[in-house]
Amino acid sequence: MHPILKLVVQRIALGLLLLLAVSVLIYAGTEALPGDVAQAILGQSATPEALANLRESLGLNQPGYIRYFHWLGGVLTGDFGKALTNGQDIGQAIAQRLGNTLFLAGCAAAISVPLAIGLGLVAARYNGRWPDKVISGITLSTISLPEFVAAYFVIYLLTQVFPIFQPVAMVFPGMSFWAKLNAVALPVIVLVLVVLAHMMRMTRAAILNVMQSAYIETAELKGLSPMRVIWKHALPNAVAPIISVVVLNLAYLVVGVVVVEVVFSYNALGQYLVDHVAKRDLPVVQAVGLIFAAVYIGLNILADVLAIVANPRLRHPK
Amino acid sequence: MLEIKNLRIEATSYPPDGLPRDVVLVDDVSVSVAKGRVLGLIGESGAGKSTIGLSAMAYGRGGVRLTGGQVLLNGRDIRGLGPAGLRALRGREVTYVAQSAAAAFNPAQRLMEQVIETSLTHGLMGRAEAEARAVALFRKLGLPNPETFGDRYPHQVSGGQLQRAMTAMALCPKPDLVIFDEPTTALDVTTQIDVLAAIKDAIHDTGVAALYITHDLAVVAQVADDILVLRHGKKVEYGTVAEIITAPKEAYTQALVSVRSIDHVEKGAAPSVLSVQQITARYRGTSFDVLKNVTIDLPAGQTLAVVGESGSGKSTLARVITGLLPPARGKIVFGGRTLSPDLPSRSKDDLRELQMIYQMADVAMNPRQTVGTIIGRPLEFYFGLRGEAKRKRVQELLDQIEMGKGYIDRYPAELSGGQKQRVCIARALAAKPKLIICDEVTSALDPLVADGILKLLLNLQAQEHVAYLFITHDLATVKAIADRIAVMYRGEVVRYGTKTDVLTPPFDDYTDLLLSSVPEMELGWLENVLAHRKMASAGN
Amino acid sequence: MRRIPLSALIGLFFTGLFLFTALFAQWIAPYPLDAVLGGVWEPPSAQFWLGTDTIGRDILSRLIYGGQITIFVALLSSLLAFGLGSFLGFLAAVRGGWVDQLLSRLVDLMMAIPSLIVALVVLSVLPISLPVLILVMGLLDATRVFRLSRAVAMDIAVMDYVEAAKLRGEGQIWVIFREILPNALSPLVAEFGLRFIFAVLFISTLSFLGLGIQPPLSDWGGMVKENKDGLVYGKSAALMPALAIAALAISVNLVADWILSRTSSLKGGRGA
Repeated sequence: MHPILKLVVQRIALGLLLLLAVSVLIYAGTEALPGDVAQAILGQSATPEALANLRESLGLNQPGYIRYFHWLGGVLTGDFGKALTNGQDIGQAIAQRLGNTLFLAGCAAAISVPLAIGLGLVAARYNGRWPDKVISGITLSTISLPEFVAAYFVIYLLTQVFPIFQPVAMVFPGMSFWAKLNAVALPVIVLVLVVLAHMMRMTRAAILNVMQSAYIETAELKGLSPMRVIWKHALPNAVAPIISVVVLNLAYLVVGVVVVEVVFSYNALGQYLVDHVAKRDLPVVQAVGLIFAAVYIGLNILADVLAIVANPRLRHPK
Repeated sequence: MLEIKNLRIEATSYPPDGLPRDVVLVDDVSVSVAKGRVLGLIGESGAGKSTIGLSAMAYGRGGVRLTGGQVLLNGRDIRGLGPAGLRALRGREVTYVAQSAAAAFNPAQRLMEQVIETSLTHGLMGRAEAEARAVALFRKLGLPNPETFGDRYPHQVSGGQLQRAMTAMALCPKPDLVIFDEPTTALDVTTQIDVLAAIKDAIHDTGVAALYITHDLAVVAQVADDILVLRHGKKVEYGTVAEIITAPKEAYTQALVSVRSIDHVEKGAAPSVLSVQQITARYRGTSFDVLKNVTIDLPAGQTLAVVGESGSGKSTLARVITGLLPPARGKIVFGGRTLSPDLPSRSKDDLRELQMIYQMADVAMNPRQTVGTIIGRPLEFYFGLRGEAKRKRVQELLDQIEMGKGYIDRYPAELSGGQKQRVCIARALAAKPKLIICDEVTSALDPLVADGILKLLLNLQAQEHVAYLFITHDLATVKAIADRIAVMYRGEVVRYGTKTDVLTPPFDDYTDLLLSSVPEMELGWLENVLAHRKMASAGN
Repeated sequence: MRRIPLSALIGLFFTGLFLFTALFAQWIAPYPLDAVLGGVWEPPSAQFWLGTDTIGRDILSRLIYGGQITIFVALLSSLLAFGLGSFLGFLAAVRGGWVDQLLSRLVDLMMAIPSLIVALVVLSVLPISLPVLILVMGLLDATRVFRLSRAVAMDIAVMDYVEAAKLRGEGQIWVIFREILPNALSPLVAEFGLRFIFAVLFISTLSFLGLGIQPPLSDWGGMVKENKDGLVYGKSAALMPALAIAALAISVNLVADWILSRTSSLKGGRGA
């Protein structure tokens, strides 16, 4: 087997193993912690008979590992069980909302990735001069903001000071693509703002790192044009670190989405999760938590795999 | 061809705790190089030799600026050229060979693409012609499989080969002037001689002019026609190789030429202090013996030099003796006792009597401790000295290493490289050891400073009757201080004995190769050695 | 004496100011926490410097009390994260072997999921109280401190001066506290600043989601939640706590940046 393929397969296998361990962690974390689920659902005033009945119907009297494998089996076949609070099918509820979350995150990624790389290139090109200082100064302050704070600054600015947008992002099935795009404009701006700073700073650092290599000096001493130096010598070596920077920040986006959805009352997965945490609806929390974790781990695997593939030392072994 | 007049180079330094200020790197330096001639630039680190070399391409690293004088190339002052003019000059009229070719090649491109790049971008020749020229250069430089060598990536070839490939890259566009910036410094000595010969041949065959930058006078004496000796950015002496080597005028040059002539008389037989018996060792998790059946013996109060190139196992030997790496087989007798193989079970006296000095004094001292604490700790730890008694003893030790008063409360960062190494020596001495292991202790120092350290070590040996196990790759150092020598190659001791015995023929093959590869400060040495080797191989 | 750059001075001043008001909130705040004093969302006036909130309480007073809680919770959780993380990190670096393997793999596992998601999952089961919040945040953050302190200690442990100490026969206590710790301190102090900011943002986010500090107590994140509806009517009350969060985070960031740059300048050069 080609050594690259071997490494990639190894990395993916490791990722899947990690995902399995995480599913145990999520399940055990919610089941093993102190606190009685049945009590949590029915409240302090529940009668002992009602509690016993609920425990029976939830299968709480079985040992933990059996319930875990039962749960895992369900998850693997797409059956996440039913919500405790309203008996709704969790799989269906997730399916409805997952698309909205992906749409929001996708829009934010589509804008922030090229923008971050572009700004990172500009900042690296003018390293230490005013364009770099302006870009770095602005991003340093946005890095210090939690998502919801950034969100309210943007809302205040763009709905009150300059009334351009609606402060609530409602999307529903049957909306046209453009209407949807208009509806998510504000949350997308917020997400871009939050993720852009990290992505741009890391891109800048990655490019500067490459630009300081001895082989870039060699290229300059060859009398090559600045464009050729960048295209032929800097970029092929900067691609791998930039890709991993971008993908890691997309993983970061996954968390930002949760908060931003709540701010804008955007009916999607993050909102769904937060609602059900407050209602202590365990099956929903477990299912959605696992999905977020899976996306996050998946993106991390992708970053590693791309870095492996882009490494010339691995592509052309001795 | 190249004429530099009254060159002045400045840079802005940004100290962490003050305002930026301008510092002068090079001041009032004038040289000229004619077609087909090689000018050697020689000096310690910080002498400004690389900075002058790069000024011939009007290139300054990290904020370095040419602020005065003229750099005339083919009759015109290149300081006045704009960016486009400079690009036309770089890589076409003047090319550059860096010290570390491994870092100077783009890891993501095949060697051939990089070697012929300038020939194509400057429109000097077509691709086919450029590739043919590159292959011819590969062959001339003695690279293996010249036809297919260019298809490889930089990480797929060895350091010595990369250095030659870089020379091919510099010569490919038929430049007028090539700048060689320490091209053989990073190589092992047996590799260096071949690369040096290849470079010298290539320079002569192509008839280019060259600037050859190095800190090693013996190396530059082999390839240069003229030599400029630099110190602190100023000219010390400028003349032909013969003038500089045989009749140096300035005291500094004289010191450089005579740096390797410490007179050391080999001591006679004495009882053994350290006896390493049939040691075999490997690192955990590997299946390869780094040391194979090593047996050596070191008489008390004498110096055993362990010589070898990288990968010979000489540093591993030190780790085994100190107990950091317990051997798989064999035993070590020290001061009449058999040492326990691993460190934690050795007695405090065993530890005290066996001290160590490292190559990089910077990282061998805790930057958060003062000189007084560093030297005082062994006094406290082994002898229970405290307070005024300890301080007095520290000062005695400082006097012994010729550092005098005023250093006891300083931090390592405030000392020069040579002073740091002296403090490390004092720390080892504080334990009143029978044996000090010196691991490449002079390799990171400039020649004159290294010389001072060696003399100090010899004086201390006479006073304290301490033995040294001196690990080094530098044969000149060995000749200067050793009483006994062990030559190591791939984990084995290939030759062991008194200095006179080891350095007197007949030699085994490896010792012969090693000894004959060390550049000597002598005109025509390189040619003699190569002719001798050719004859020897023809004779076989 | 090293000169302190202007940005660090600004950072130090505001960090100090925030800590001071948090410490002496009871004496500084003009009104009690829960007193309803004026109309809904009154604009700033001589009586209410920053206006009133969604049910007519003085925003300035609530901001001062809220800051106390935010800083208190963030400080305790980052102290916990720090004590636990750096101790285990050093231990893993010095002991190596199975101790290192066990701790490192456990941390890998915890860091494989975003902290917010873990916190949400855990808080869906545990009762939401101050000790639980501090514990959960501290444990989650300890993973990051662990990674850093282990890496820093590993870097130092391979230095020749540590080897020299071992060859001298020094014990593990001397090696950790006299050789490694003094050299690890600066990066760890800077990291403490960053962890503190992270904890401030984390607790604010949880409170904003309604899963952090519970009424009647209120922190800055909770205040944003209380007043967010006013924004739609152009009432800027929600922006005040938001601004406070941003100001605290930025000023601590400036200080941490300065400490970090001092660390790196200490390593190179011979600044006499």
